[in-house]
Amino acid sequence: MIRIQLEPRAEPVRFMRLGAPILALVLTVIVSAPFLLALGLNPISTLRIFFIEPLSSPNGISEWLLKASPLILIALGLTVGFRASVWNIGAEGMYTIGAICAAWLALHFGSAGHVWLLPAMMLFGALGGMAWAAIPAFLKTKANTNEILVSLMLNYVAALILSYLVNGPMQDPDGQNYPQTASFDPTAMFSPLFDGMRLNGSIFITIAAVAATWLFLERSFIGYKLTVSGAAPTAAGYAGFRQSRLIWLSLMVSGASAGLAGMMEAAGPLGQLTPVISPGYGFAAIIVAFVGRLSPIGVVFGGLLLSLLYLGGEAVQMSLNVPASLARSFQGMLLFFLLAADVLILHRVRIVRR
Amino acid sequence: MAQRLELRAVTKRYPGTIANDAVSLRVAPGEIHAVLGENGAGKSTLMKIVYGALQADSGDILWHGEKLMIASPTVARRLGIGMVYQHFSLFETVSVVENIAVAIEGAFDLPALAARIAELGKRYGLPVDPYRLLHHLSVGERQRVEILRCLLQDPKLLILDEPTSVLTPQAARSLFEVLRTLAAEGCSILYISHKLDEIRELCDSATVLRAGRVVGSAIPKQVTSAELARLMVGAAPPAVHRDTCAPELEPRLEIVGLSTQSNDPRGIALQDVSLEVHGGEIVGIAGVSGNGQSELLSWLSGELTGAAARVRLGSEDVGDLRVAERRARGLAFAPEERLGRGAVPHMTLADNALLTGHGQGLVRRGLISRGKVGGFAQKIIDQFGVKCVGITAQARSLSGGNLQKFIVGREMSLSPRVLIVSQPTWGVDIAASAFLRQSLIDLSRHGAAILVISEELDELFEICDRIAVIFRGRLSEATPCAATNVEEIGLLMAGIGPAFEIAA
Repeated sequence: MIRIQLEPRAEPVRFMRLGAPILALVLTVIVSAPFLLALGLNPISTLRIFFIEPLSSPNGISEWLLKASPLILIALGLTVGFRASVWNIGAEGMYTIGAICAAWLALHFGSAGHVWLLPAMMLFGALGGMAWAAIPAFLKTKANTNEILVSLMLNYVAALILSYLVNGPMQDPDGQNYPQTASFDPTAMFSPLFDGMRLNGSIFITIAAVAATWLFLERSFIGYKLTVSGAAPTAAGYAGFRQSRLIWLSLMVSGASAGLAGMMEAAGPLGQLTPVISPGYGFAAIIVAFVGRLSPIGVVFGGLLLSLLYLGGEAVQMSLNVPASLARSFQGMLLFFLLAADVLILHRVRIVRR
Repeated sequence: MAQRLELRAVTKRYPGTIANDAVSLRVAPGEIHAVLGENGAGKSTLMKIVYGALQADSGDILWHGEKLMIASPTVARRLGIGMVYQHFSLFETVSVVENIAVAIEGAFDLPALAARIAELGKRYGLPVDPYRLLHHLSVGERQRVEILRCLLQDPKLLILDEPTSVLTPQAARSLFEVLRTLAAEGCSILYISHKLDEIRELCDSATVLRAGRVVGSAIPKQVTSAELARLMVGAAPPAVHRDTCAPELEPRLEIVGLSTQSNDPRGIALQDVSLEVHGGEIVGIAGVSGNGQSELLSWLSGELTGAAARVRLGSEDVGDLRVAERRARGLAFAPEERLGRGAVPHMTLADNALLTGHGQGLVRRGLISRGKVGGFAQKIIDQFGVKCVGITAQARSLSGGNLQKFIVGREMSLSPRVLIVSQPTWGVDIAASAFLRQSLIDLSRHGAAILVISEELDELFEICDRIAVIFRGRLSEATPCAATNVEEIGLLMAGIGPAFEIAA
């Protein structure tokens, strides 16, 4: 009889820590090959269009970074919470509310052209996201509700609020009844960094956030407390770290980052609000956080990877006319294999003959 | 005479260690055979192999001279092997008879089974009411249920894993009577322990394990405890030295009439508990576990809070202050659960030093000084002889004893005014135990007030100046150790004594 056994390793292996994401990517490519063949496509050339084509022009690079930026920013905030085992699934809603708050400011004060408008919009975006995150935080600390369910359901509430606003109070009066707001004044928007490309100055916010999150998680004592409370809540209680404060902190940080990301999207490529302002950034950022192994540096790579999957998905849709769900099944497979490959970090596979 | 059980060169490997290295032993019918060794010597692994809960990597098991494989506990039970684990596997919310019915094979006939339980209980002196709900039973009674469950299957071999660790001295003696009766009827007994006196009193033969290997065997009644200890440890255990104590006048830790309600329906409510601990002395609290120790500890550490005046540190009421605020006032605490409470399993020793050591100048302006944290952790490792690869070792990679040295060492390094330690040497080897006990005594003689909660009476008598007993949430008055003895404390642990009369 042959059995395959998983045995816990004495120490996690560094090699597998790096190897697991690569293994996951390779498996995703292998498993998707039959699907591509079934669609009548050559897997090699499809994968080339998927992964290489999008990055072969300066504009492609610009789009890549433009999409990676909000993913990374949101994932950084989520990483802080996930380290503390606060499972915030509501980044999409926090992003939406952040965008709405920033847009309100832009629409009211846009014409005045003040220099403080953009910073104020950033503040409003962050505060909007925090306010939305305060709901699960309050309910979890006061009524012991499950933050996964509450934050998840609030995503739909936020989406419906946005839909109501662009169809009603915030609708563009001169917009021929399209469900959208007026376009923002240029003073209420980030200016592009390069002519003819959409990449804008908000990328520096994300870069600063990476450094700040790294300092917070790896060097600050509060970051340490968060990690302890996630890894061993009883030990955190024993050491005197207050659980409810850490829950609030986690959700406020992830709310602020998601809200800010929403503001960046509204004041960047969009320039107005429409009923749909996110291609699922808030959900994809969860994948980014885990692909990045809950480390700020890893999140950067995870964000770049997921962004490439978005672009690649669009590229194959356009040039090969395949369905949009292809890109999403790629995302799903990647997360699936990543979590599976994770087992190899802490366990070794042994084949036992008896 | 054919052996009932024989092990030949049984080997079991785990990643990084060999739990059992070519272990051989023989047990005759009616023999009480001790398996002796320190924690981590491989006793439990070996017993799990015999009981079928683990499979050996190599080696043979012979049952009545016949080579066979014990693939699972079910197979073991069919052969007639029963096991009483140290931590019971019983359901709290149902009755004794139902607990036993689910565990044994055969028709589910409760009245018939209850009658057999009562009859067996009578025959072996293990009285239990079959229809009582399990959570009403004391720990000793639960052990009876476990033993009865094995006896119902008419065992040829009974394995007991540290059975007396949950018993008062008197209850342990009556357990020995039961075991002797069983042996006289031909049942073989494998008795796992590290308590030498017990083994000398009870067992016919002993196999001594050290680091997974058999290092010797002995007829326990013919050797001294010191000789057994030397076999077990490999060296003579160091003696603990205790000066007379000169306690301060004013108490540093006071509990004043603390009564609590337990949130857990099966928890213990504390009733009017009062105690003073002075600087310069060690006060011990004895008691069978589950009598309110963990509740008392949580109220002292600040993990639970209540009325301010019920707990006092120095001249200050702190009953309403949380953990961090009490720690800031000089309280340190080493809990019984090491992994997960006293230390974060997947974090390094350096990070675990920071857990309660952050007040030692390791954090500046909110940022961790890595260098200082490493220095602090290294100091603990050096001073307390923690065996590990260094400050980057994960807490979970340490043996129980070494992790305990690290945690107690960390708490002592905080120069506490008051130190509370629960089960200081639980699962710790003899040499390390002696070292930890000596460290506690030295710390108290330098002025700290120390409260020790332990199930090991010998330990308490070795290090404490005064000793109190906790029973069903009530605490007896602390008596100077010189004015009492193991017998008296043992009776109190069973709830017999003037201190507990109001409770009864």
